[in-house]
Amino acid sequence: MKNRALFGTRFAKGFGVAWLIGGFLFLYLPMITLMIFSFNHSRLASHWGGFSLEWYRKLADDTEIINGLWLSLKIAVTSATGSVVLGTMAAFTLVKYKRFRGRTFFAGMVNAPLVMPEVIQGLSLLLMMVAIQRVIGFPERGFFTIWLGHLMIGMSYAAVVVQARLQDLNPQLEEAAMDLGARPWQVFRLVTFPMITQSLISAWLLTFSLSLDDVVSSAFLSGPGATTMPLVIFSRARLGLDPSVNAVATVMIVIVAFCVAVASIWVARAERRRAAEISAAARDDS
Amino acid sequence: MDASNTKKRWHPGWWRGRSAVIGVPYFWLLLFFLAPFLIVANYSISEMGVIRVEDITSIADGAVKLTMKYSNYARLLDDNLYWHSYWVSVKYAFVTTFFCLLIGYPFAYFMARAKASLQPTLLMLVMLPFWTSFLLRVYAWKGLLDEGGWVWRLILALHLDTPLLWIGAIETPGQLMHTTFSLVIGMTYTYVPFMILPLYANLSKMDLRLLEAASDLGATPWVAFWRVTVPLSKAGIIAGSMLVFIPCVGEYVTPELLGGPTTLMIGRVIWDENFSNNDPPMASAVAVILVLLIVVPLAIFNKYQTEAQEARK
Repeated sequence: MKNRALFGTRFAKGFGVAWLIGGFLFLYLPMITLMIFSFNHSRLASHWGGFSLEWYRKLADDTEIINGLWLSLKIAVTSATGSVVLGTMAAFTLVKYKRFRGRTFFAGMVNAPLVMPEVIQGLSLLLMMVAIQRVIGFPERGFFTIWLGHLMIGMSYAAVVVQARLQDLNPQLEEAAMDLGARPWQVFRLVTFPMITQSLISAWLLTFSLSLDDVVSSAFLSGPGATTMPLVIFSRARLGLDPSVNAVATVMIVIVAFCVAVASIWVARAERRRAAEISAAARDDS
Repeated sequence: MDASNTKKRWHPGWWRGRSAVIGVPYFWLLLFFLAPFLIVANYSISEMGVIRVEDITSIADGAVKLTMKYSNYARLLDDNLYWHSYWVSVKYAFVTTFFCLLIGYPFAYFMARAKASLQPTLLMLVMLPFWTSFLLRVYAWKGLLDEGGWVWRLILALHLDTPLLWIGAIETPGQLMHTTFSLVIGMTYTYVPFMILPLYANLSKMDLRLLEAASDLGATPWVAFWRVTVPLSKAGIIAGSMLVFIPCVGEYVTPELLGGPTTLMIGRVIWDENFSNNDPPMASAVAVILVLLIVVPLAIFNKYQTEAQEARK
């Protein structure tokens, strides 16, 4: 095809490739540097004092970090699960039910937390928790309140991911199931659910990593004794550069990258299998 | 699919199931999204008592009395600090959006025009930073820009600090951290994927035959780009810009870690009012104004988002 790109010339091609490479360097070099310096023997970020695993050894004895990590993981697993359940319901509502009272309002509330500054969300939930606590003496600020805050934000992200998938589904498959006498719940469990599993997994992973990473709303909603790992990292980073943060960062990046890689390979494979099944079924039809 | 047609097909019990599916998330959002906002609005018109916030409603002479105090807003109007931080927030959010667009548009463009077999890999490489911690990505720049970091060395070796000094991005030569420069670079870095992804989604769907048509009609590639490609990607530009601009206005972590005394953004003001000054009513008043500030871009974003969703069908 002629004139496919902006410039058909070799120069333009080179320019495009250079821009992409430059962009990726911009995206990746800071993180790579961060990881490299976790192996730095010297405390200073300015000079390389030789390779060492010192900071990782210290990490193993760092109870503040380890306790924070446990708390963060517990919150992340539970809030991601809750987010996916609520987010799927919200997505289902938005895609399947075109007419009910307050639909626009509902859509607005689902989308708003995606862009709403977290400082406001944190503050507003905090004030509400304080108000509730004054009346009924519950909840204490801590695990529960942080969990609630993460669930609040995670739900919106999950809804967006699942919604995109639900929109692409062929409604005929569900209609066929209904014609064959399946009840709504059976339709969901036997037809819809298997088709959206991949998006549920991506939504879970996304909300999990968002929760594991959250600073602002956790800071507003945490109480004494409930310090999540990002809060520990944040308070150290505020004071200046700290090699222990580099070591934690490296561990986290490696874990998350591994999980994402495994999940995306699995999802891609399942997607291919399903596409093959669907086209095979369509072929039998005709 | 006709709605009335589906209704008949669902099992008679569908209505209860439907109400539950709609009702649970609806109720949840009302309770944990809307209600807290109303509480913030309520707090913003109350005052700090001696130890606790005084309620705006009180019962006197057997009737509920409503006392609203506008002192927080009066202070807001009065004190330059607040005005200044609103201005600074919008300014840096705007500058960040500009740089994200400057880097992100060509990036998304070349990505969308790359070999089709390469595109999924490129897309994954852009998405991958999403999976790494936001906090750590900001922290990474601390190490790069601090005295002795390699970006610091590079910039000083190339004498780039002189132009930065001229445009006022840094205040003293050789000091890159805790300046406007470090703040903007940190925000651009963390938000640029939010610009690239909607732009890529938009540009990759463009009908390339339109460019051929333009060229057949005598347009040079450059003209075709500006008069065909750019106008067609308007929705992507707006979506990306809003996705960068809105969260940047209320950003807290980046200004706290990378910003300096001259970059007091509104997120930090809310934080400080609540935690350091222990004045939730004042923090609420600042938050209410911030919400008003982002409501317009939010509405624009929602409009284009809905249109894009309708267009998919």
